[in-house]
Amino acid sequence: MSEASVAPASARAGQTVWPQLEQLLPKVSKPIQYVGGELGAVVKDWDAATVRWALSYPDAYEVGLPNQGVQILYEVLNEQPDVLAERTYAVWPDLEALMREHGVPQFTVDAHRPVRAFDLFGISFATELGYTNMLTMLSLAGIPLDSSERDESHPIVIAGGHAAFNPEPIADFIDAAVLGDGEEAVLEITAIVREWKAEGCPGGRDELLLRLARTESVYVPRFYDVDYLPDGRIQRVLPNRADVPFRVNKRTTMDLDAWPYPKKPLVPLAETVHERYAVEIFRGCTRGCRFCQAGMITRPVRERSITTIGEMVKEGLEFSGFGEVGLLSLSSADHSEIGDICSGLADQYEGSNVSLSLPSTRVDAFNIDLAQELSRNGRRTGLTFAPEGGSERIRKVINKMVSEEDLIRTVVTAYTNGWRQVKLYFMCGLPTETDEDVLQIARLAQEVIKAGRAATGSKDIRCTVSIGGFVPKPHTPFQWAAMASPETIDNRLKLLKQAINSDRSLGRAIGYRYHDGQPSLVEGLLSRGDRRVGAVIRRVWEGGGRFDGWSEHFSYDRWMTAANEALAPGVDVAWFTTRERDENEVLPWDHLDSGLDKEWLWQDWQESLSEYEQPDCRWTPCFDCGVCPSMDTEIQIGPTGKKLLPITPVNAGLKVPS
Amino acid sequence: MTGRRPKNQPEGGQAPVVQRIRLRYAKRGPMRFTSHRDFARAFERAILRAGVPIAYSQGFTPHPKVSYASAAPTGVASEAEYLEIGLRDRVDPGELARALDAALSPGLDVLDAVEAVGGSLADRIDASAWRVELPGVTAKAARQAVDVFLAAAEVPVERLTKQGRRTLDARGPVVRLDAPQPADVTPSEVGGVPCAILDLVVRQVTPSVRPDDILSGLLVAADLELPVPPRATRIAQGALTAQGELVDPLAADRDPAVIGAPLS
Ligand code: SF4
Repeated sequence: MSEASVAPASARAGQTVWPQLEQLLPKVSKPIQYVGGELGAVVKDWDAATVRWALSYPDAYEVGLPNQGVQILYEVLNEQPDVLAERTYAVWPDLEALMREHGVPQFTVDAHRPVRAFDLFGISFATELGYTNMLTMLSLAGIPLDSSERDESHPIVIAGGHAAFNPEPIADFIDAAVLGDGEEAVLEITAIVREWKAEGCPGGRDELLLRLARTESVYVPRFYDVDYLPDGRIQRVLPNRADVPFRVNKRTTMDLDAWPYPKKPLVPLAETVHERYAVEIFRGCTRGCRFCQAGMITRPVRERSITTIGEMVKEGLEFSGFGEVGLLSLSSADHSEIGDICSGLADQYEGSNVSLSLPSTRVDAFNIDLAQELSRNGRRTGLTFAPEGGSERIRKVINKMVSEEDLIRTVVTAYTNGWRQVKLYFMCGLPTETDEDVLQIARLAQEVIKAGRAATGSKDIRCTVSIGGFVPKPHTPFQWAAMASPETIDNRLKLLKQAINSDRSLGRAIGYRYHDGQPSLVEGLLSRGDRRVGAVIRRVWEGGGRFDGWSEHFSYDRWMTAANEALAPGVDVAWFTTRERDENEVLPWDHLDSGLDKEWLWQDWQESLSEYEQPDCRWTPCFDCGVCPSMDTEIQIGPTGKKLLPITPVNAGLKVPS
Repeated sequence: MTGRRPKNQPEGGQAPVVQRIRLRYAKRGPMRFTSHRDFARAFERAILRAGVPIAYSQGFTPHPKVSYASAAPTGVASEAEYLEIGLRDRVDPGELARALDAALSPGLDVLDAVEAVGGSLADRIDASAWRVELPGVTAKAARQAVDVFLAAAEVPVERLTKQGRRTLDARGPVVRLDAPQPADVTPSEVGGVPCAILDLVVRQVTPSVRPDDILSGLLVAADLELPVPPRATRIAQGALTAQGELVDPLAADRDPAVIGAPLS
């Protein structure tokens, strides 16, 4: 693959590249993904806007389009009269090659404008495996990969999303990172850019970045120096400018009812991974699963009210024509009024063939009532439960408080309510894990099938055991933990497979899906890496690395070769992944404040090793994780006691949508 | 189905079809890159957005009653695609067309709607008319290639299908192929770049012969190279008359008395 970056469009800034792109589309697969024209898409007058954002989820359109974060920010920004926001996604290698050959730059799908012409380029990282795609986008856009080589004519490149809680591996490539909720942050950043432009861009790029950094909630890596100890550990991370905070805070949007987005969800023409109207019913999670970065960094729990949820679903469905509603959160059945929400929606959409799904349902929160509401309109969307650990012991280590009886009862409830197939998700490679812990997964699955057959009197039930490799993440109690080696994981997965098939009759009813340990190791390197890992990412990309989240594109060898070349001896992949850290080590993300108290995290890590379970602060007293006092936030949960409104009939004759 | 409920069929079932409506729609501009599946998904959502009282099939995963006549290939624009829907309540076809058109993305445009009175759409379509723009090709070069193509008894071309490479005859199903001298400058002919036009009528055969097969044929038989990707548009579909004209497949529904289609 050629690394020559595509020259900036010679044409006027913001002018469409559609005529050039159109010539290439007949030659690529699934051209519709590059065309835009979705319902909900907004095209504004370039010249009338004062601040212009290009937003991206750095993966293929089919994965990137449904991303809630990007959709919400897109709508929030476009509602501002003088702001323009468009979207860009990673192009597949077939189009990338043609774009380089014909000099077509990275473009937005809305009006096909060159990304290079925007003021800001916001990239939302749900996973670190999108890093190489970011480099492709920058290169195709004609934006220097190194932030230090950019000037006033280049967009400010801002990372967001969960991976931005440790953006150190991409510190060279980004100008800034935003931690936490984006709704208010993008407006604040917009205001700073608007003002700076109105003043005639004083002090250039440096001054703008400084103004952003002074908010104390935008991290600008270039304003921090990292010193290392002789053994490779970090000695300290310090600001190199006056006025720049020692620690950067995460953002928390407190009142979800005040931010009822998406109102006009994007409805793609191309097929995407989620075809549904998704509404977040709450943010945050205090269940306290120790491996779960999402749960830790999004505290505290903030519920959206049943009334707002009802209105959003009604308007979202009318606008989009989706046939499925997804009630999203980290643990959807935990909403204090989930029963009323589900029965209210089922009532409203009775007879309309609209189906309801709860993508993340905890084993202990699923019950018969919920099962019946979810299946009332005749459709049963897939059910996935995540016990995460196979043995009672390992579930105590990870603080996933689910007993075997709970799990079996819950799955049997699903079977007796008409589900024929249930998916069970587990992790392999957890701290303190032994072969025995993993083998318990087989026994659990067999017990589930036995109980299911007994309860339904039918052999026509199945479960699928799906296994992911555990990756220790920053800002979790496991941030100090050693990762298991890919060999250990692959061996355990092999033993597990044999155990599942040890009973032919039961084994037939159990599906088995797993990922081998290699991609997890790379994810581990990127998750807990520091600035030195940036050189590895660059080398992998230069060697053709793209779409690392896709098994058909991912190359473990390419990553390992690049790491061998780019990392110093002793500070290698193993050092970053399978090495346990001690309490005093400065972690690469210590200067980024998720609100969690490091001492509390360490204590929870120690309690994990002694298999102590930590209850949820929604129902038991605050356990002082540190978030609420340091971020000045509080838990916000119902019940409100209200009912789902409005109760008007949904179908009332033909409508001519505007 | 023979009266017995299929296994696990929910009680109650779905409302019956009381009206069938046939639509003509267009795929224009950038929307020509929608595949048939893309269009089908967008159309199902438009049905919900527009509040169309669509009827559903029976079963655990009920499907809306929509059936499509043969779809133009991805990347080819069309002014004449057809489908039929079954409704559980009666509506005015004109209002339905307006509502659905508004509910679809611009570029996917509903052009006409009539209540079906009988016969099947498929029986009324046996040929398609296409117009193909060839930017960078002079009308003269195109005409010469067309003459060579038409003079051949057979023009075998290769196409990559899911089953692998297969050979088909591009000449046989061609009813008409013209490269008219453009009377005035065509939309694509700007800045002195020539742009030849092909007018094409092709009979429906299996496997179907599409504009790109004809262009392969022009390359194979007459060395017509295309510097830039061509732009094809389906202009019409219908039944082929002895004079080589296409009869609008909705005409029989619009005015059953004239054509004498049986009333159902
Ligand atoms: S500070 Fe206390 S109440 Fe707030 S999230 Fe942490 S444990 Fe819960």
